[in-house]
Amino acid sequence: MSILNVENIQKSFGKNEVLKNISFSLEKGEVLAIIGSSGSGKTTLLRCLNFLETPDKGRIIVNGETLLDADKNTKRNEKEIRRKRLHFGLVFQSFNLFPQYSVISNISLAPLLMAKEQLKNEGEYMGEKTYRAAAEKIRENVLSLLKKVGLSEKKDEYPGNLSGGQQQRVAIARALALDPDVLCFDEPTSALDPELTGEVLNVIRGLKSSDSTMIVVTHEIEFARDVADKIIFMDSGVIAEEGTPQEVIINPKNPRTREFLARFNQNFS
Amino acid sequence: MDEFLNITQQLLTGFGENCFLFIITLVSAIPLGLIISMGSMSRFVPLKAVTKTFVWIIRGTPLMLQLFVVFYVPPLMSDGEFVFSRMNAAIVAFIINYAAYFSEIFRGGIEAVPKGQYEAGQVLGMTKTQIFFKVILMQVIKRITAPVGNEVITLVKDTSLASVIAIPEILMNAKDFSMEGLIWPLFYSAVFFLLFCGVLTILFSFLEKKLNYYKG
Repeated sequence: MSILNVENIQKSFGKNEVLKNISFSLEKGEVLAIIGSSGSGKTTLLRCLNFLETPDKGRIIVNGETLLDADKNTKRNEKEIRRKRLHFGLVFQSFNLFPQYSVISNISLAPLLMAKEQLKNEGEYMGEKTYRAAAEKIRENVLSLLKKVGLSEKKDEYPGNLSGGQQQRVAIARALALDPDVLCFDEPTSALDPELTGEVLNVIRGLKSSDSTMIVVTHEIEFARDVADKIIFMDSGVIAEEGTPQEVIINPKNPRTREFLARFNQNFS
Repeated sequence: MDEFLNITQQLLTGFGENCFLFIITLVSAIPLGLIISMGSMSRFVPLKAVTKTFVWIIRGTPLMLQLFVVFYVPPLMSDGEFVFSRMNAAIVAFIINYAAYFSEIFRGGIEAVPKGQYEAGQVLGMTKTQIFFKVILMQVIKRITAPVGNEVITLVKDTSLASVIAIPEILMNAKDFSMEGLIWPLFYSAVFFLLFCGVLTILFSFLEKKLNYYKG
């Protein structure tokens, strides 16, 4: 069974149809790269998955559970949405770290709040019965995540004192701390100086080897080719081409894909 | 020497009125201003329109006029049934006036926090309340410290406007002395304001320094 099924997602802003009937599926541990020009709907698609936008039509199914069925007018209360959101993590283009918290607090803030809430409601958080024990467990997890993204020695710094690449790595650790089923990246390197993109892409590469399921919206065609199991090329709100890197990037069939890739090769060769 | 002590005591009594008005206005206008700022950011259009109009009127007319209106209009409209004491009238006018100004500072501070901060909180599964208190509020406080400090210092001096409805505040006393031919109490009264504002300036710059532990 696929970990994620997206069926017939449609989304319009006013008269502007941004997503027209998007469907795809993703297996556990797979990395999906979404490429395409600006305005093709890539970011909106990620935002729909993370419940930052509500699709007008379509279904989102994770592990067989229908998280969203836009055709059914079910009541959407905040608590439900929060729970469903946690199936996904999102790393933003502009990091969006909380400037007033140290690196370690940025990562542990949400898990600690969640632990408090679950202990109150269910008397247990990940097998721990007291807040102190839960907090200790969270701290250990956060430290190991920081190690994973190579920032152990920066744990007490504030985001404002870090480089863009370091901030984005903290943002990745922050998203991982909630252990999402699918981790989404919205152009994670677009706001970075070219010499800083490597460190972020390497972290994402490292996650692939630890079996995370990921969707990466990116302009880094080479990265997509090397890391992704599957590539989607989006063009004005539709999936113009879909397949393995070999199929989409090396031997594209759709003329739009060819045109897009040709422009990239021009710019970067 | 006796004269100096006597005048000091009279000015101090007057300054007590200023301080009283200052404190009451400050502690009431800040929460009220927060409520008004919520109104002016509301997505419910009628509420937003009413709040914006209210803020426009209050900021667009002199505080002195507002003092007159609060003090003189209720008794005239109610055939003398409903009368504010002088101090209560001043308190009401000052709270309304300052709440309007504070509300605009708060609105500016809240709206200046990037949308991405809310969205980051949302995708981390935080509730709206958690996002506001754990993520947004601190950033708002940092942004508004300087303008609030400005407004607070203005308030200290504005309290002397209460003399227009005959509240015996410090400037009124000092002016009375000058009518008797003594000029120096006028300058002496300035010392009280300078000291008070000096303390506030130090307090606010201390606060700003405290909040400077992070950038952004």
